[in-house]
Amino acid sequence: MRQKLSGWGRTAWSYSDVVTPSSSQDISAVIAAPQHRGVIARGLGRSYGAASQNAGGTVIEMANDEASPIALDPRTGVVTAGAGVSIDALLKYCVPRGWFVPVTPGTRFVTIGGAIGSDIHGKNHHVDGSFGAHVLSMRVMLSTTEIIELSPSIRPDWFWATIAGMGLTGIVIDATFQMLAISSSMMHVETERLQNFDALIAAMGSSSDDDGYRYSVAWVDLLASGSSLGRGVLSRGEHATRDQDSRSEPLVYNPKVRVSAPPWVPNGVINKLSIKAFNEAWYRKAPRRRTESIESIAGFFHPLDGVRQWNRLYGSQGFIQYQFIVPLDQTDVLRTVIGQFADAGVASFLAVLKRMGESNLAPMSFPTAGWTLTLDIAAGARGLPELLSAVDTVVLDAGGRHYLAKDAHVSPGAVRKGYDRFEEWKTIRNEMDPTGVWKSDLGRRLGLVDP
Amino acid sequence: MKNGLGVAQSIVLFGGTSDIGQAIVSDLLRPGVAHVVLVSRNIEEADRFGQDITQRYPDIDVHHVRFDGQDAAAMTRVVQEVVSLVADIDVVIVAQALLGDGIDFLQNPHEAIPLATVNFTATMTLLLALGHQVNQQGYGRIVLLSSVAGERVRRSNAVYGATKAGIDAFALALDHELSSGGGSILVVRPGFVTSKMTTGMQKAPFSATPAAVAKSVARAIDSNARIIWTPSILRWVFMVFRHLPTALWRRMPF
Repeated sequence: MRQKLSGWGRTAWSYSDVVTPSSSQDISAVIAAPQHRGVIARGLGRSYGAASQNAGGTVIEMANDEASPIALDPRTGVVTAGAGVSIDALLKYCVPRGWFVPVTPGTRFVTIGGAIGSDIHGKNHHVDGSFGAHVLSMRVMLSTTEIIELSPSIRPDWFWATIAGMGLTGIVIDATFQMLAISSSMMHVETERLQNFDALIAAMGSSSDDDGYRYSVAWVDLLASGSSLGRGVLSRGEHATRDQDSRSEPLVYNPKVRVSAPPWVPNGVINKLSIKAFNEAWYRKAPRRRTESIESIAGFFHPLDGVRQWNRLYGSQGFIQYQFIVPLDQTDVLRTVIGQFADAGVASFLAVLKRMGESNLAPMSFPTAGWTLTLDIAAGARGLPELLSAVDTVVLDAGGRHYLAKDAHVSPGAVRKGYDRFEEWKTIRNEMDPTGVWKSDLGRRLGLVDP
Repeated sequence: MKNGLGVAQSIVLFGGTSDIGQAIVSDLLRPGVAHVVLVSRNIEEADRFGQDITQRYPDIDVHHVRFDGQDAAAMTRVVQEVVSLVADIDVVIVAQALLGDGIDFLQNPHEAIPLATVNFTATMTLLLALGHQVNQQGYGRIVLLSSVAGERVRRSNAVYGATKAGIDAFALALDHELSSGGGSILVVRPGFVTSKMTTGMQKAPFSATPAAVAKSVARAIDSNARIIWTPSILRWVFMVFRHLPTALWRRMPF
């Protein structure tokens, strides 16, 4: 059925023929039928831009927590799950058994297929790397409908091209990966306020004690100016130990969605004033000195999941999430970019700063040793194309790049400049899909695939 | 493919020398636009605008396609030619039209044929061909330059007004047809616009410049609007005109 789709940012809507398969046979039947405008798999639609929609073509909805059982080896923590299974379902199954996902993004509502296709990262990237680093093997359906097994040792080039391949190499059917042993479902968290950008960078830098924490991320107030420019709240944590968690059943896991955003929100509710007030409150709420606390998994990793469909708060215009990374020594570039946004008067909630660890072997994987900054911006902001184009240039000239799972605007040239192994990836992609079946709006716009 | 900021990667203008059409294209240019296709009869003239674009945005590829606004039968082929240049069409502006000012159609009935052909028959064929394309794409915005002249046709420009009334009505129905597939049509009803087309004519009330029309069109392209009036007050003026009793309408000073 033809359906209007967008990413989580609710911009660049287009219509695709959406099918919901109930088996891998269904998927192969869809692929085998003549496809004028190609096919792409879609999980829970949490990529912000147009990665999981295919204007005029076919979209296969994969998200399904019931489709295949989660097979967890309780001794080793090796788990096999269907591509459509969400991290939410995985956590509900595995946390009570003492295992946590190796990587979680800021939402638990992503599928395993999406986690692989975007090679997602989380607060532990500086220690554990991205999701792809933990995948032991996966089964992928090629455009010939053949299902093959890929792993770091079986067809490694195809394996790594599928990690961060944005779904354009094949459809992940299921994956086997290593979970992390935990003894409590609570997090031991340290929070502190840092009064400006230099203090923040010093606290998170590679020569700091940041590597001593498995999870680390900072929130930056991009509206603070003068001596407070770049002030923020640094939050770091570990899975709590048995001594830190006094509950009789330390592995109980019961995340809740508290409220829903209203179905219709007028444009402009999120504006400079409301953001400024929010940012101020968030900063003031954080303790002045390093303070320890015990938080839930949901509270620490997935605070926004507490508000269902929070993406609607931006109104009909939608929003974009701008995420880039620059090498570790380019902290001046971060300052320049923060200044560019401040000068343009573009406000952002919860700009997030994180120091990332080394990259993995996937040619299109986003994270690499460096600083990543993430901003949410209302898509209707005046002069945004000009501003972002100027910021893109600064980022790319500094040897940086943009995260495709978030992208809604960069140029085809920006991908080629930012990802120096792009052509290598495209060659492998074309070899995996010689007839050009896999297509998405993102792929078309950026020339990741032929139109 | 359009991006998340509403920037069209490919913009196509039918009637590549049209003042209003060019003003709309100019207004849509910003970082992210990759292709502009000017479809015109006189490529040399259209290229003056093409060179302006290249000067402002060196990264944009400007393409030319030749067409004859009277050749209704060729429209499908012309659209295919455009598609072969840009793959998907994000925004297309249909601006070709003849005004026929100063012609005594009663004395020269055959003079009505080119107006009817360019403004109605060929434009209808073109809209159908474009409609098919955006339907296949699953998205795409078609902008038709209609006119307030079609809202209630006046004696002084009966032929022009009637062709605009016809194409306007057709476009609205075609938009309905396309809506379930992702494409849409924006019908623009400008009043008197000071441009090449109206040089030497006496200005009507509420006249506008091409740049002013372009500004409201560019805004409307990014919205869900199906019809816009420029300036917007004309919507209310013509709502009154439309319902004036004939006896009164015929006494209006135009």
